[in-house]
This record gives sequence, structure tokens and C-alpha cells, in this order.
Amino acid sequence: MAQTRALAAMPAPGNPPAPARPSTKQGEPASLDEAGRVRRFEQIFSAHLDAAYDFARWLTRDERNAEDVTQEACLRAFKSLDTFHGGNGRAWLLAIVRNTYYTMLRKTRAERMSVSFDDETMAAGELAELESTGSAVDLVLQQRDARRLVNAALEELPEEFREVIVLRELEDLSYKEIAAIAGIPLGTVMSRLARARKLLLQRLQHAKRES
Amino acid sequence: MDCTETRSRLHPYLDRELDLESSLAIERHLASCEACRTIFGRQSALQSTVRQHAQHHAAPAALRERIAARLASEAAPRTPRRSPWRLPSVREWLQLGGAALAGALISWTAAIQYAGVASDQRLAEEVITGHARSILTAHLVDVPSSDRHTVKPWLSARLDFSPTVVDLAAAGFPLAGGRLDYLDDRPVAVLVYHYRQHVIDLFIWPSEGGAAQPPKAMSSKGYHVLHWREAGMTFWAISDVDPSQLASFADAYKSAK
Repeated sequence: MAQTRALAAMPAPGNPPAPARPSTKQGEPASLDEAGRVRRFEQIFSAHLDAAYDFARWLTRDERNAEDVTQEACLRAFKSLDTFHGGNGRAWLLAIVRNTYYTMLRKTRAERMSVSFDDETMAAGELAELESTGSAVDLVLQQRDARRLVNAALEELPEEFREVIVLRELEDLSYKEIAAIAGIPLGTVMSRLARARKLLLQRLQHAKRES
Repeated sequence: MDCTETRSRLHPYLDRELDLESSLAIERHLASCEACRTIFGRQSALQSTVRQHAQHHAAPAALRERIAARLASEAAPRTPRRSPWRLPSVREWLQLGGAALAGALISWTAAIQYAGVASDQRLAEEVITGHARSILTAHLVDVPSSDRHTVKPWLSARLDFSPTVVDLAAAGFPLAGGRLDYLDDRPVAVLVYHYRQHVIDLFIWPSEGGAAQPPKAMSSKGYHVLHWREAGMTFWAISDVDPSQLASFADAYKSAK
């Protein structure tokens, strides 16, 4: 499979695939007629393809792999359109992009990776601790460097932190939507965002001192 | 609100996820505490820096066209071929069952079995729907607790039966809480367990008649379902974990009682 090959060079996943799946509502018809299906999908597709590709691009950090993931995700989304009953079409499509990414990634890897970071939802004290450490250097970046530094720092983030920060800051999604897409509890969304931001600050401050 | 509490809620505050009351409490604290204000200022600056400079990648036009073309070819010749993404319909199940059993059984015995398969299949759909909806809406639990002495009375007070609640942390399946759902035309209990990062839901309600039945596995839409009956109760375990893990979970639950 071309897609499998294309993904072979990708880095290890930080966490296993999430359980996030599109939802169905009770009491609604199980399927649409064909024309209705196509029309409904075209709406979601044309409105959210850029978001789907952007998310895939940030997950894969590679243009070609991002295209493969996006294409596969769109086909899957089309085939499982019966499971979409209105609501947030973008979050629904992004959840499928994420599942597709992890499925394709898993196919390229013989062994399952164990979770290497402490994924427990942090207690208030730990979250507060996270904020109290760290230097007091102001984050003022030179305009000409900012773009390069910010994007490099984001790309270097471990996957599980990168996806929540991308969904939050680039897609501007709520904690609830991020939790649904990544298949993690709300508290974990919060603690991963806190850690992602701490890592970003460290990298940016480090880069600033270097320059 | 003190520094610890403020700092633990700084991110939800920054992300406008707090209710009005909590937001105001944090604002009051920030106004009076310079250390917390500095920390917040740094996080706020980081957020605007990221939002200003992080790159949005637009989908290449060629990709858009390629996907549109693929979808057009997917949509056009949709033969009655059953999509692997859907459960077979009740009618299709009946046809499958009918072919296998034709001539082998007395017709009304077979009819009872068909009905059993069809109703299990319908319930499996309802269980999957309930599970998927709770995950998508991030409404995993109504009563978040790993303490069975909290979860059980909460459920019992709202149902006309009292489910057996056990914490299976020792077996690797910590109890995360419970919630109510409505299926098979009745309110049911859902015990929510975690396995690593996965969620396992255990749906429980009294079975109407029916002898004890050993676990039976089904899979659909990427979920695995395990169904059994015991001591007058119907159990449905569902998750996206491997079927073997789900079986270990059922064993742990059954032996813990």
C-alpha cells in the first residue's frame, strides 16, 4: 500500500489510537438517500478540508503523509456519513483524521508503543507547580524570527501535546471538542495543554537566549 | 482564591473555559497578586504569539481535486454491496441466519433464534450508540468516582434496580464512575472503567427472563462488545480495546463480585 509506505518514515506515536468516534443519535433514520449523502458530505468537505489537512500536516509533520492521511480520512468520513447527524462537522472530520493517522501509523509498526509519559490528570497542586517553575524571562521574540521559532517549537513537541495545542490554538476548539476528538477526558486535555505550553515556553526562551 | 488554586486554573481561564464566577475570582486574585499576574502574562503572551505565528496549511488544490474525484467514483456505482462500516441490518441478519439454518430446524424454533439474534444485534447497536455518544460529547460519567460506595448508591437511587459496582484497579481497570443511559426502552446503569487511555463502558440492566448466558463477543464500527447474562441481569461491555482485553475485563468483573 502506497500510504503505508509513505508513513513508514514517521516517528513513533506517543499514545495509542483514541476511542473518539463519530456519534449517532437515537431515533434518527440510519441512512440518507444517496443524493442527500453526497450533498451533506460536500458541505462538510468543502468547509473543512483545509482544517483536516492542516491537522494532518501537524500530526504527520510531512506534506506527502498529510495528503495521504487527509485523503484516506475523507473517504472514511464519506463511508461513515450515516454516523454524522449534524452538530460540529469540523470536529467530526478532525476526529476521523486523527483516527486515520493512528491507524495508518499502527500498520507501519509491528509493536505497540507504551505510553511514555504520565498521563494522569494532574491535581490542582501539580498544575500550580507547573506554573510556578520556569524562568521569568519575558517572551518577546524578534518579529523576523518569531514565525520560524514558533513553528519549529510546535513541530518538536511530542505528539500527544502537539495535537491538543494545535486543536486549541490553530483550530480554536473548546476543551470538550478536543476531548472528543482525542478521546481523552477533559482533565487530561487541560493538563496536556498546560504541559504543552510549558514545553513551548522553554523552547522559545531557549531559542531566544541562543540568538 | 489563593495562588495554588489560581495557578491550577490558569489555562482554563486563559482559554475561557471557566464559568463566570470562577473567572471573576481569578481576576480578583490576579489584581492583587503580582507573582500570579506575571505567570498569567507569560502564558497569555505565549498564546498570542502562537496564534499569530503558527502556520495554517491550506489543502493543496490538487489534493482537493483528487479527493473529489475519488468520492465521485465511490458515490456513483454504489451497488448493494454491504459496506464494512455498517452493521448488517436485521433483515440481512435474518437472511444470513435463514440460509444457514434452512431445513435444519423446525421453523418455529428457528424463528425464536432469529428473534434472539435480531434483538441482540439491535441492543448491540444501542450500546455502541450510547458509548460513542458519551465519548463524543465528553459526557463519560454522571458520578465521577473510583469509590464503589459512592457510585452504587448514586445509581441505585435513580434506578429500579441496584447494579453490582466493583473497582477493578487491581486488575488494571480502575473504576472512573457511573452514568445513566436509556436503552432497550428503559433506564440502565453504565459503569465506566479505564484501561490505559481507553474507556470501557459496562451497561447493566435486569434481564427479562432468560437463563444465564456465557459472554458472547461482537464487533462493529471499531468497537468490541461482550454480552452476557447472569443472576437475572444483562451485561454489555463495550470498548475499543482489543477483544482479549475486554474478555479479561469481563472475567475480572465476574470474579470480583
